[in-house]
Amino acid sequence: MKVIVVAGTPGSGKTAVLINTIKALKNRNYKIAVAKIDCLYTEDQLRFRKLGIPTLVGLSRDMCPDHYTIYNMGEMVSFARDNRSDMLIIETAGLCHRCAPYTESGLGVCIIDATTGPNTPLKVGPFLSTANIVAITKGDMISQAEREIFRERVTEMNKECRIIETNGLTGKGSAELAVCFEEAPEFCYEKDQLRHNAPFSICTLCVGEMKIDSKHHRGVLRHINGVQKYIGE
Amino acid sequence: MIQSITILPGRNKTGNPETFDRIDICPGEIVGVVGPTGSGKSAFIEDIEQLAQADTPTGRRILINGRVPDQVLRFDPKRKLIAQLSQNMNFLADMTVSEFLMLHAKCRGKGRDLVDQVIYHANTLTGEPINKEMNLTVLSGGQSRSLMVADVAFISDSPVVLIDEIENAGIKKHKAMELLSGNGKVILIVTHDPLLALLTGRRIVMKNGGVEKIFSTTQHETDLCAELNKIDRELFRIRECVRLGEEIVA
Ligand SMILES: Nc1ncnc2c1ncn2[C@@H]1O[C@H](COP(=O)(O)OP(=O)(O)OP(=O)(O)O)[C@@H](O)[C@H]1O
Ligand SMILES: Nc1nc2c(ncn2[C@@H]2O[C@H](COP(=O)(O)OP(=O)(O)O)[C@@H](O)[C@H]2O)c(=O)[nH]1
Ligand SMILES: [Mg+2]
Ligand SMILES: [Mg+2]
Ligand SMILES: [Zn+2]
Repeated sequence: MKVIVVAGTPGSGKTAVLINTIKALKNRNYKIAVAKIDCLYTEDQLRFRKLGIPTLVGLSRDMCPDHYTIYNMGEMVSFARDNRSDMLIIETAGLCHRCAPYTESGLGVCIIDATTGPNTPLKVGPFLSTANIVAITKGDMISQAEREIFRERVTEMNKECRIIETNGLTGKGSAELAVCFEEAPEFCYEKDQLRHNAPFSICTLCVGEMKIDSKHHRGVLRHINGVQKYIGE
Repeated sequence: MIQSITILPGRNKTGNPETFDRIDICPGEIVGVVGPTGSGKSAFIEDIEQLAQADTPTGRRILINGRVPDQVLRFDPKRKLIAQLSQNMNFLADMTVSEFLMLHAKCRGKGRDLVDQVIYHANTLTGEPINKEMNLTVLSGGQSRSLMVADVAFISDSPVVLIDEIENAGIKKHKAMELLSGNGKVILIVTHDPLLALLTGRRIVMKNGGVEKIFSTTQHETDLCAELNKIDRELFRIRECVRLGEEIVA
């Protein structure tokens, strides 16, 4: 089985692009399962189920959605196996810009909205820089010059990636993306590992501290002046 | 070098095949694309911009010099053969005019000395002048459009130029066409404006997402175009008077 992890900020066009890509894959007789991870709420499952695709939903609530995706990878893989799927596509919420839930043997796909401006690729971190494929959406809303600058900025942050200009409304680029999904390597849950470490700063806020005064805070803390140190026992 | 661009038929919105065999366009030719709103004019020229290979909703294929173009021509802006002035009228990038032009020149492998040239020519198309330090997002519709035209003319400077509705932003359209067309280029222009449509040698008529027919401009139409241009110049003169707050005299 192949596992494809699709990350991108809310509204960047992940579901729209995936719907078009899944249609192309269905035409080639692939059996697909989708897992949709979000924080608080999602209706995406309805859009996937409309295509007759078995869809599992996970809401991460208090947890970082990317961490949640990683912890639940095994269950999502079993869900796809139970449905006898050839391919598991995971759509994540990808909110914090610091995490990237891509694994070594899964295909990492970053969906990024071109209308957010050409500085965005410089801001978003590992979910762009460690992706195999970067699908740029909404190029229809901007000029050719802006598209070219955006593309150049993506290349600056991730020299190895394959860039595909997609359009969630018309389906542009989805045929090319479908071929990349087909060519993804076989996934190996037991041996696989993350491409990029999750943030290591565990602090008292992570475990529920509500007070703001710094004397209550413990852990590996970074100051606004750039100094990072451990405070605690 | 480009000797020809070829469009091979795809399907219309209903899924029926288009009825033409192929459309070949050579350097020096200006071709119009006309049809009602929503008929697929923009989709048609976008197929050309992307050098579509049956991988867009229309299923059309584009050949260059009779052959399937090399992948790098599709993606590497430094080698791109196609410049496109799309239908959108606004910039979204949060940067100054000169930062933007410098970045774009770099993408296209051109020098920064073009920046002043682009701004100079943009200002010949629009009313209130654009300056280097202005933020892109504060430009008016007409100013943005003028800057896009000059950017396409000097920075994207390519053998194939695709123009989508140049007439709507209130800029000097004939002057803009002059900047964009240059010698020996392949030009496709989407338009609702009879003056621009009759200026072309052929026009492709779109309907329901497909090419419906292809006309060659007749002598009568060319003569008519000259007449209409006179009226247009007079209208332009009057419009400028109104704009500048002057009294209109005979
Ligand atoms: N052959 C086709 N198959 C499927 N969809 C198509 C086809 N041609 C066009 N479309 C879709 O139809 C819609 C309208 O097309 P398009 O934007 O090209 O119209 P237009 O002629 O440029 O209209 P306007 O004059 O308003 O700019 C778009 O969403 C486009 O993707
Ligand atoms: N203009 C334009 N709109 C798009 C494109 N892709 C997606 N959208 C729209 O963007 C919105 C968010 O898309 P969605 O797929 O739900 O984003 P997600 O939250 O990342 O899954 C929807 O209204 C889509 O129709 C695109 O390429 N162009
Ligand atoms: Mg979604
Ligand atoms: Mg259009
Ligand atoms: Zn996180």
